[in-house]
Amino acid sequence: MITVRNVSHRYDKQVVLNEVGLTLPVGELTSIVGANGAGKSTLLSVVSRLIKPESGTVFIDDLDVQTAGDDAISRRLAVLRQDNRISARLTVVDLVRFGRFPYSKGRLTPEDHRLVDEALDYLDLQPFRDRFLDQLSGGQRQRAYIAMILAQDTDYILLDEPLNNLDMKHSSSMMTLLRRAADELGKTIVLVLHDINFASCYSDHIVAMRDGEVIVQGTPTQIMRRDVLREVFDMDIHVQDLNGVRLGIFWTTGAPVGPGPLAAEAGDTTRDEDGARRVAEPASITIR
Amino acid sequence: MTTLQSLRERASARGQSATRPAHTSAEEARRRRRITVTLGILAVLCLAGIIAYLTYDVRGSWDYAMDLRGRQVGSLVVVGAAVGASSLVFQTIAGSRILTPSVMGFDALYLLVQTIVVFFFGGTAFMMMGVGERFLLNTVVLTVFGLLLFRWLFGRNSRNLLVLVLVGIVIGSLFGSLTSLASRVLSPDDFLTLQDVMFASFNTVDGALLWVAAAVCAVGVVALVPLLRYLDVVDLGHDNAVALGAPYHRVVTLTLAVVTVLVAVSTALVGPMLFLGLIVANLARQIIPTHRHTELVLGSMLVGVLCTVGGQFVVGHLMDNGTTLSVVVNLVGGIYFILLLMRTVKL
Ligand SMILES: Nc1ncnc2c1ncn2[C@@H]1O[C@H](COP(=O)(O)OP(=O)(O)O)[C@@H](O)[C@H]1O
Ligand SMILES: [Mg+2]
Repeated sequence: MITVRNVSHRYDKQVVLNEVGLTLPVGELTSIVGANGAGKSTLLSVVSRLIKPESGTVFIDDLDVQTAGDDAISRRLAVLRQDNRISARLTVVDLVRFGRFPYSKGRLTPEDHRLVDEALDYLDLQPFRDRFLDQLSGGQRQRAYIAMILAQDTDYILLDEPLNNLDMKHSSSMMTLLRRAADELGKTIVLVLHDINFASCYSDHIVAMRDGEVIVQGTPTQIMRRDVLREVFDMDIHVQDLNGVRLGIFWTTGAPVGPGPLAAEAGDTTRDEDGARRVAEPASITIR
Repeated sequence: MTTLQSLRERASARGQSATRPAHTSAEEARRRRRITVTLGILAVLCLAGIIAYLTYDVRGSWDYAMDLRGRQVGSLVVVGAAVGASSLVFQTIAGSRILTPSVMGFDALYLLVQTIVVFFFGGTAFMMMGVGERFLLNTVVLTVFGLLLFRWLFGRNSRNLLVLVLVGIVIGSLFGSLTSLASRVLSPDDFLTLQDVMFASFNTVDGALLWVAAAVCAVGVVALVPLLRYLDVVDLGHDNAVALGAPYHRVVTLTLAVVTVLVAVSTALVGPMLFLGLIVANLARQIIPTHRHTELVLGSMLVGVLCTVGGQFVVGHLMDNGTTLSVVVNLVGGIYFILLLMRTVKL
């Protein structure tokens, strides 16, 4: 269990975290959402002791992250920051091997190598294992970082915007992977996500932050409501239920997608027998 | 502790494990072999350079030439190795390929410390000390000041590269001015002493000092060895290193201490060579494409030796001392520094 108590932090005079309190239960996938600058990354950094907060404490199970040793924490909690710029000449496999550092201190055992290979397999990285990081696309590099985190094989995994740079396919398979790690391996996973629909589809728990405070938290059903989202994002988002999953239609402010110019272009708008509006399929297009 | 076992089974169910390479792929093995070969070639070149330096165009007494040139080449090797090792690891802990100890004003600090020591102890007392004790006193004082300087520089939140470079330059010229101010209020005798200490050149290397320097340098390099695998992680940046459980601050502090000692050694022997470390460390990183500091530091030391011995061979033997090594190094290195800055920092 992650327990955050009364954590406050400031940069210069700006209050970035204000008396944040939070408990995150074991084995759940929690998403943290909120606007840019809400303090999500700072909170994650404090929890993973990359930043020492001005006040407050963070416990991972029974360990106080500020006082427990380097080894104890790094074998229990892995964290990936939002932006990683590494200047060292690293290949993918070199990077993933660093995930074993908490255990091997750089001298890898056969068991370490096995876990590294598993992580590479799992993120489809075997074809790239000997590429240098600067020879990869942004998404491939992001997957390499996540493979390193998986190789660290910790009970707690904290990822700051892990879907950065990932295409649709890899985004959804990343979320599926994380979901499974929570369900099957009992891992506790905390993500910062920008796409509320990914948060809605995959999380057990959503924590919404605004101006350095946790203003609301709950299940996706509790959070994915027009009034709640308005408070969190300062934005009018229509929420639609799709077979029990709640989706926020944030691409068009305040409204479901309507019969705009596209619909007119596509052809006639008709009504089904139950009265739902139906837009005719546009003329087919050839896919090579 | 859980494992990724079940995740792996799924992966193999998708048929990826069938072709899974061994822990080290052929490509990786080939790359590592090439690095070993590169290091071997560098070592051979260094040896060849040393022999060439010793034996080129000896006129008159061989004994005399060997003694003099032996001391010269000895100090060149010590300086090259010290500068190579210290600059490379400094780049790592500074998280920048542009920052080296000299660029951050370290050489200037050394001269300032020398001046202050002469100022307070007096030139005569200073010279009465054995050359080794004097050197050790300098090194201790410099280590303390150096650590304070670097803690102050890197302890702050802002790690803007351009700001750090500017701070380094400002500190360098500030220390330079303080040095010349202090040397002006010295008595003429003390001033001569100071000049002697500050600009010891290779041509007249003191044998005893060389041995002390070589010993201190060796201790410094040996002290680096247990830090090397931690430096590999520190090279990933503060956040990744801490997340992976590396004792980041301890590694940085210990490395800084070693760097301070190594820089003191080389500056004591031949005076400041502002851009030598910058050239050597970046060249080493270019020809040895790895993140492993064991190989990087070794390579950087070899490149350092090659640059100093080779450079002095050209300047001293071929050009017949028409100029000095530090002038050449600063000219070449200065241009290189500006190119690096322009490439890294969009002004
Ligand atoms: N290193 C820093 N120095 C100064 N201010 C910072 C620093 N990091 C973040 N901030 C400020 O703190 C606030 C919260 O930042 P952050 O936690 O990164 O937000 P989020 O991840 O939710 O977008 C922002 O206003 C940001 O400008
Ligand atoms: Mg952020």
